[in-house]
Amino acid sequence: MNWIYEPWPWYVSGPMIALIMFLLLMVGKNFGMSSNLRTLCTICGAGNKVNFFRFDWKSQKWNLIVVLGAIIGGFIASTLLTNDASVDINPNTIADLQELGFESAGKAYLPTELFALDAMTNIKSLSVLIIGGLLVGFGTRYAGGCTSGHAISGLSNLQLPSLIAVIGFFIGGLVMIHIIFPLIF
Amino acid sequence: MRTISYLLIGIVFGITMYKSEAASWFRIYEMFKFESFHMYGIIGSALVIGIVMVQLIKRIPIKSFYGETIKFYPKEKSFSRYMIGGIIFGLGWALAGACPGPMFTLVGAGYVPILVLILASIVGTFLYGLIKDKLPH
Repeated sequence: MNWIYEPWPWYVSGPMIALIMFLLLMVGKNFGMSSNLRTLCTICGAGNKVNFFRFDWKSQKWNLIVVLGAIIGGFIASTLLTNDASVDINPNTIADLQELGFESAGKAYLPTELFALDAMTNIKSLSVLIIGGLLVGFGTRYAGGCTSGHAISGLSNLQLPSLIAVIGFFIGGLVMIHIIFPLIF
Repeated sequence: MRTISYLLIGIVFGITMYKSEAASWFRIYEMFKFESFHMYGIIGSALVIGIVMVQLIKRIPIKSFYGETIKFYPKEKSFSRYMIGGIIFGLGWALAGACPGPMFTLVGAGYVPILVLILASIVGTFLYGLIKDKLPH
């Protein structure tokens, strides 16, 4: 029964994502997670000030329930299905990260330098999370979707706009990791 | 009944994001370094199956579990919004190492600071809505 605690290889994970997309289609919905951020804005009252958020959020309640499930799934996976959460990344990647100051590389699921509770008193760690979040939230709505809506749903439906968006995701990601990271870490 | 089905799909999604390590900041960094096939294998295999699936659903008159026609929504045509928005998203994705699905999975996995990231991404979405009409689309 030890296999149950092991991380899933890509050839299990990828088909599982396709299965999730299929199940959502079969219950009459489309796979896309970032629209929840807009729904949450509306629930917080953003519709009173900005037209973009003036819509009936109850029509998106189903997707918030998927989010609730994703939270529960994260709890189940991390507590019941995992013994050792450390992510077995490439040794070269570990060496690179340690040089940048990420000592937890290869020893944790997320870098403790950013996601441990005491990192919250560190201005730099806090800034990374806030700036990262702002960029994700702004960019995903501007692009009309994120990894699930464009890279999975959109590309599966052979949408050219999604291909442009995914190319954009990669340009942004490569610039951040290869050009900006060496400057800020 | 439908609510339960959304919840169950969400749970499977959350488990998949965590166990695939797609919710790990380290995997995202490694992907952009081109030092592992893992993330490319995940996205690539999901995509190959997804493309075949969508094409089949469009050709076979299959109905949803509730007897409705399965609808696909084509994305509106544009270049600038997808390219510029995509680059901004990519910068954040690589920095924060989490996208709008896995960030919720990580809440369940007990990482409290991820709430800062989620809050910031809600604010980011709000800022977009605020200045949307001034941006090229």
